[in-house]
Amino acid sequence: MTQTTAESPIRKQRAQLNVRTLRTDRWWLTPALTFAGLMSFLIYGIWAILDKSYFAEPYIAPFSSPCLATSCPEGARFLGLAPFGDWYTLPPGLLILGLPGGFRLTCYYYRKSYYRSFWLSPPACAVSEPHTKYSGETRLPLIIQNVHRYFFYLAVVIGAILAYDAVLAFRDEHGNWGHVGLGTLILLANAVLIFCYTLGCHSCRHITAGRLNHFSKHPLRYKAWTFVSKLNARHQQFAWASMYSVMIADLYVRLVAKGVINFPFA
Amino acid sequence: MGYKAKFRVWRGEGGEGKLEDFTVEVNEGEVVLDVIHRLQATQAPDLAVRWNCKAGKCGSCSMEINGRPRLGCMTRMSTFDESETITVTPMRTFPVIKDLVCDVSFNYQKAREIPSFTPPKDVKPGEYRMQQIDVERSQEFRKCIECFMCNNVCHVIRDHDENKPAFAGPRFLMRIAELDMHPYDELDRRESAQEDHGLGYCNITKCCTEVCPEHIKITDNALIPMKERVVDRKYDPLVWLGSKIFKRSN
Ligand code: SF4
Ligand code: SF4
Ligand code: FES
Ligand code: FES
Repeated sequence: MTQTTAESPIRKQRAQLNVRTLRTDRWWLTPALTFAGLMSFLIYGIWAILDKSYFAEPYIAPFSSPCLATSCPEGARFLGLAPFGDWYTLPPGLLILGLPGGFRLTCYYYRKSYYRSFWLSPPACAVSEPHTKYSGETRLPLIIQNVHRYFFYLAVVIGAILAYDAVLAFRDEHGNWGHVGLGTLILLANAVLIFCYTLGCHSCRHITAGRLNHFSKHPLRYKAWTFVSKLNARHQQFAWASMYSVMIADLYVRLVAKGVINFPFA
Repeated sequence: MGYKAKFRVWRGEGGEGKLEDFTVEVNEGEVVLDVIHRLQATQAPDLAVRWNCKAGKCGSCSMEINGRPRLGCMTRMSTFDESETITVTPMRTFPVIKDLVCDVSFNYQKAREIPSFTPPKDVKPGEYRMQQIDVERSQEFRKCIECFMCNNVCHVIRDHDENKPAFAGPRFLMRIAELDMHPYDELDRRESAQEDHGLGYCNITKCCTEVCPEHIKITDNALIPMKERVVDRKYDPLVWLGSKIFKRSN
């Protein structure tokens, strides 16, 4: 009897199937929707950064906060600071764009989403990618993704500033406390979602206690890890929720600033 | 209650072969593996398929059903339309022996390349004391039934055969994470996870997690935490500085 032994060359081949995938479901739908969602955010972001109506006492648009340029109106300045001086005349949003931008760009979830939807590597599971070579995150430029934790540290600061902005939104346009407008609620909801997204970060999970091997010796850190793990399990949902909440909050403030939406309901 | 289903099954020796069409009876409550067995019994006595438990626990019956890696014994026929043609092929990433049976020795090779559990020399068997919360994380990974569908679906080797020598696949990167998180394992596995076993190739696109029949969160709980540990070891200057100053270990 003839046998195909482990050494025979025929044993070295995969099944010959010259199709990209045999999937029959609509596997292209998720990457297509992801592409559209991320694109909408990019396009809105570019418009928002260039748009000048980012402040309507007491609200500041999240895309332009903290407002650090000299061109920022008095009340919009973060803690009254304008550290960049007069030479800086570009939109103030550009100064801080890199922090939340870099955070999301290097986020493990966003990486998955744009590797799949923009780079098609892979577009969906068991659908072959169009590239002939693949080295993943082993070398430049993608090895830089490993800086993510540093963006996380900065994102905590940005998250705190957005929370501070939401607190300031409890004043009315004359600076008196006790106001609650639709804008207050929107900014507050946004701050909460941003925090859920930020604290659910994989780097945060690692820093709290993920890096330890003896949880039992670090009960407080273990507790924090357990909490972060819960947020982390919903990281994708919070990524989308906070991305849209920040867009909605930003647009809302700009509409108020442009006079499209008016007080006292705003 | 039975009906006739249209099946297309990949038949061949080694990599050479093609899809063959069959019409075959299906009864209520059956799974794809039952139908494959009926084909064997009635129309294709030499059809090769690997299986053992028919309970989703042995990991033998991995195949691709309508292009998706699935366990044949856990894929219910009721999830398909009666009019649908069901295509069944062997796993794409591994060489075929015959029909639906693959040579999965790549995986055994990779398993051997990982240094085994390395406890401290002075701790004897019987002296291990661990708390549940210290081993909980790795217990999830021990649910693995070694079906190798995660390694099969991973595009790093599925689409790029040339990466096979450098990449252990999600199954074994998870094994490294399991050992690295173990309170009694003394080896520092971070450097070699990246350099010898190819953790950097993983772009966390989560297909391994999507196909795992044990629903192990391979990417979130093993691969990404391991990537973060590698950052500690190789890429984070602050952690490096801290470890020099405090000579601390965890
Ligand atoms: S998450 Fe990583 S290991 Fe898992 S399938 Fe994707 S690339 Fe492969
Ligand atoms: S991790 Fe899951 S998919 Fe991978 S071999 Fe184990 S059971 Fe199968
Ligand atoms: S923010 Fe998504 S992983 Fe860090
Ligand atoms: S036969 Fe054991 S898992 Fe399917």
